[in-house]
Amino acid sequence: MKALDQTLALAWRSLVQVRRNPWELGDYSIQPILFLVLFLFVFGGAIAGSPENYLAFVLPGVIVMNMLFVTVYVGHGLNTDLTRGVFDRFRALPIPRWAPLAGRILADVVKQLLCIALLLVVGFLLGFRLETSWAHLLAMVALVLTFAVAFSWVMVLVGVIARDPEHVQLFGFTALFPVTFVSSAFVPVDTMPPWLQGFVQANPVSLLADAARALMNADGPALEPALWSLAWALGIVLVFAPLSVYALNRRLARG
Amino acid sequence: MDNAIEVEGLVRDFGGTRAVDGVDLRVPAGHVLGLLGPNGAGKTTVVRMLATLLTPTAGVARVGGFDVARDGARVREIIGLTGQYASVDEKLTGRENLILIGRLLGLKRRDARARADELLQDFDLREAGQRPAQTYSGGMRRRLDLAASLVGRPRILFLDEPSTGLDPRARRDLWERVRQLQTDGTTVLLTTQYLEEADALADAIVVLDHGRVIAEGTAAQLKARVGGRSLFLMVARAEQAAAAGERVAAMVGTPPRVEGETISVPVSDPALLPALLRELDAAGIEVAELGLRGASLDDVFLSLTGRSGACREESGNAEDTP
Repeated sequence: MKALDQTLALAWRSLVQVRRNPWELGDYSIQPILFLVLFLFVFGGAIAGSPENYLAFVLPGVIVMNMLFVTVYVGHGLNTDLTRGVFDRFRALPIPRWAPLAGRILADVVKQLLCIALLLVVGFLLGFRLETSWAHLLAMVALVLTFAVAFSWVMVLVGVIARDPEHVQLFGFTALFPVTFVSSAFVPVDTMPPWLQGFVQANPVSLLADAARALMNADGPALEPALWSLAWALGIVLVFAPLSVYALNRRLARG
Repeated sequence: MDNAIEVEGLVRDFGGTRAVDGVDLRVPAGHVLGLLGPNGAGKTTVVRMLATLLTPTAGVARVGGFDVARDGARVREIIGLTGQYASVDEKLTGRENLILIGRLLGLKRRDARARADELLQDFDLREAGQRPAQTYSGGMRRRLDLAASLVGRPRILFLDEPSTGLDPRARRDLWERVRQLQTDGTTVLLTTQYLEEADALADAIVVLDHGRVIAEGTAAQLKARVGGRSLFLMVARAEQAAAAGERVAAMVGTPPRVEGETISVPVSDPALLPALLRELDAAGIEVAELGLRGASLDDVFLSLTGRSGACREESGNAEDTP
């Protein structure tokens, strides 16, 4: 009960921080809208014949891409705390050692939820209509959030290893761009060269985008890509959580 | 329980380097201990071990009767930590920072707010409390840091180089606050490179160098160790200072500290003063001032380590490099 209270206080703190960080705020609001509108009106005609036809395809893709970009702030925030000494202040307090991280990830879930809601509203204003049910939509949101929490562990590792917050962002986005774009998030896989298709189909971003699309548009099987996405999520946690904890302990032991 | 802090044979290695090499400390409850030493002496490493941020490689440390290695959680309930490494969140306002700490310490929302406002008032931060900490001056930052470590009314407080980078006025203000804490019965362990700071605040001083305790006692005892007196000589012309220094060294037996026209060195025998004056006169060195004064801790440090104590130019910038 006390630990929960402490985690909530730390999550509150991560959310209050956003108020004073216009760049971060922009990344949660302007950037996703910008991506959606750009993709829609610049590529829509070329990819799907018209922006209207592209909207249902690209909206789930942008939701997935934005989710990945938002996780970079988990690493960014953690690294800021480590380099600025805030982490040590927390460690000298009578709170569970996992609480600062849990608070950060909880705050991240709230941010993710707001981003998804924002994109759905903007999508609706642009003409998107749900072809499935609210239950399917909720399943999509739950799936994306679950993957976000799992993927946060990758960014935790980056946050622990990086020298300063700027490097977290540099590394985070540099790694995320190819992973996001070499996927089915924005274009159908069958338009790509065969040698690339194998990679794209195994890419968790593709699987997640396919599942989200099926859950919003009823245009294909949802269960299979959803289960594969969850398998990826589990695999990521199994590899990156212990690595992150190991790296964190090493960093803290350096003095 | 008489000792708030008890440390025996504390050792900490980093890779192949021994940063702390068998330190013993004893701080009676309600006392202020000054841990004095130059950069890299191991002061911060000792504090980090006592605050449970770092595990000792060897040795035992008890804080408030609890073993830091085995009862870390209990230790964290009774300590406060302020220093180079324990900082506030720059994106939060001063008030939000204090409320957050209060909440983490288990205060109800309302109590956390009340405690935050009380501390902001005490630390002259009432107006600044509404602004993000990143807009604070160095002195305000340090006051907020200190306030943050006092939210839980800790019995034992660690201050790691609390006045590094502060201007003289802010430093004096901080000293006043530490004295107040001492009056209230808080045990304080404070590390510093400033000899005058240890002299001004500490009941007892432990001098650390290369991870070892090289001297301990009250400021008066330490000063007595170097003869209690210090010779102070000022030559009329700066170019004669070096020559005068050599004469002083020959006579006292210790190389003096020469800064500009002034030469100072700890002495045990005041009777050598007239002899020195004759010697300088014979050598044609013009003396502007010659006398004895009580040895400063700087002199103590000089005689203990063969080096001058604080490196003020360096430490003044330390704040900017986290």
